[in-house]
Amino acid sequence: MTDLTSLTLAEARKGLAAKNFTSLELTDAHLSAIEKARVLNAFVIETPDQARAMAREADSKIAKGDAGPLAGIPLGIKDLFATRGVRTTACSKILGNFVPTYESTVTSQLWRDGAVMLGKLNNDEFAMGSANETSCFGPVGNPWRREGSNTTLVPGGSSGGSASAVAALLCMGATATDTGGSIRQPAAFTATVGIKPTYGRCSRWGIVAFASSLDQAGPIARSVRDAAMLLRSMAGHDPKDTTSVDIPVPDYEAAIGKSVKGMKIGIPREYRLDGMPAEIEKLWSEGAAWLKAAGAELVEVSLPHTKYALPAYYIVAPAEASSNLARYDGVRYGLREQGKNIIELYENTRAEGFGAEVRRRVMIGTYVLSAGYYDAYYLRAQKVRTLIKKDFEDCFAKGVDAILTPATPSAAFGIGEKGGADPVEMYLNDIFTVTVNMAGLPGIAVPAGKDVQGLPLGLQLIGRPFDEETLFSLGEVIEQAAGRFTPARWW
Amino acid sequence: MSVDAATVRRIAHLARIAVSEGEVPHLQGELNAMLAFVEQLSEVNVEGVEPMTSVTPMQMKKRQDVVDDGGIADDIVANAPATEGHFFLVPKVVE
Repeated sequence: MTDLTSLTLAEARKGLAAKNFTSLELTDAHLSAIEKARVLNAFVIETPDQARAMAREADSKIAKGDAGPLAGIPLGIKDLFATRGVRTTACSKILGNFVPTYESTVTSQLWRDGAVMLGKLNNDEFAMGSANETSCFGPVGNPWRREGSNTTLVPGGSSGGSASAVAALLCMGATATDTGGSIRQPAAFTATVGIKPTYGRCSRWGIVAFASSLDQAGPIARSVRDAAMLLRSMAGHDPKDTTSVDIPVPDYEAAIGKSVKGMKIGIPREYRLDGMPAEIEKLWSEGAAWLKAAGAELVEVSLPHTKYALPAYYIVAPAEASSNLARYDGVRYGLREQGKNIIELYENTRAEGFGAEVRRRVMIGTYVLSAGYYDAYYLRAQKVRTLIKKDFEDCFAKGVDAILTPATPSAAFGIGEKGGADPVEMYLNDIFTVTVNMAGLPGIAVPAGKDVQGLPLGLQLIGRPFDEETLFSLGEVIEQAAGRFTPARWW
Repeated sequence: MSVDAATVRRIAHLARIAVSEGEVPHLQGELNAMLAFVEQLSEVNVEGVEPMTSVTPMQMKKRQDVVDDGGIADDIVANAPATEGHFFLVPKVVE
């Protein structure tokens, strides 16, 4: 029997249905892979007992012919999702040993459909970061290394544990969240597929909040089809999230293999940055050529406010974070540091519990919302956001079906290599992805090639609101042309 | 715009994050780097532009005015660092 961990989710589903192996065997294969890969630090909690119990239940349902669409499929869950009875910390010291008494809507839908939980995955503290280096559990290793080098690279962030675990064959897919690029950038750094759906497509209920008007959940998987299968289970209306949209969830998998003939693909000229590495430029043209060969029509488009998306994001996101994170007060849950009075208790708890990046963002957010600065910063940023969204609307109004861009301005880098002196250096990682969150649109990152050092690079497709299906169809064309990429095992 | 040391201390207090004197210069530098980065927004003409309030054009749903949850006080206090019965314990607030 081939190594069960190397199957795609779609292949595993077939194998389970044909009774070639059981979910318990599939789950055990992954649990043993996780044990051998602890050096990657992708999992912050392993839940083998729960995994085996869920696998046995899936096996009995499969035997009875009563299997859900993800029956018996072992998954990893980003530590931002509340899981009943399993410690959930957002990888922050301030949540301490928080054990939810409830389950997030997205994960409860995965369990409803029969999936198996292997454990909780590492991420940047409160999802604030682009390299998974701000986690209180330490950095995550990327299974990819530069050719001929032993240097451990970052997997990207904030969903670094999710991307690393999927790429290293530790789970068949993972949940992730994306506020400024946290699904798509790590997917690009690890040669995995990641989709951030339209804002409102997945319920945010039970996901630790970072910036509520930007946060969306989505899957990271090893193929476009696998991502489509996972999103179908994760998406859907939830009365507990008033921003979740009450429209039917399509069968995303049906979009795989659908012809893209006649589709109009926008190539935005503002994404052609000064000093962009030639290999990113080349990858982008290659991607365009693949779509053209599949019958799509390429058109140059303009998104004039692109360069303002990242600065506007670094006002809006910290502002919302400062408000959302006000709940961590040392009173109701998590860490408590004593103080002479209640104010000191708050201040000491938050100084001790939040890491440097989170403290910085909460403080900037507090500043831009404070009296006298609100109009100059926050209000202006929200107006710029309106203009960014309008750029996309104008483009789609001209009949463009989707927009093709690079996913990241570079391949993965070494741990500690970026952002040490200037936080903005790290923020620039999200330059191609953050516009999509600001406009609430769906975006998918698909592996498309490698750089000269042998590191994976990805392309991003941006779609119309609630048109994830077109992204899956186009993503499949890129995957078919580029092939799939697997790292050589060194761990 | 940039912040001085006194502003850093004021923001830290507003954010309820204790900051030691030694941390102030470092934080001041970082906050000013972020403020310098977002400064470019001042060149955008936002005359007559509505600020974004909702990224998807949708009417916010109203919930039915009914009790559909509750009776879970045990759950609510389950993760609290200090409790007495179903109450959270804090240092004395009112003299």
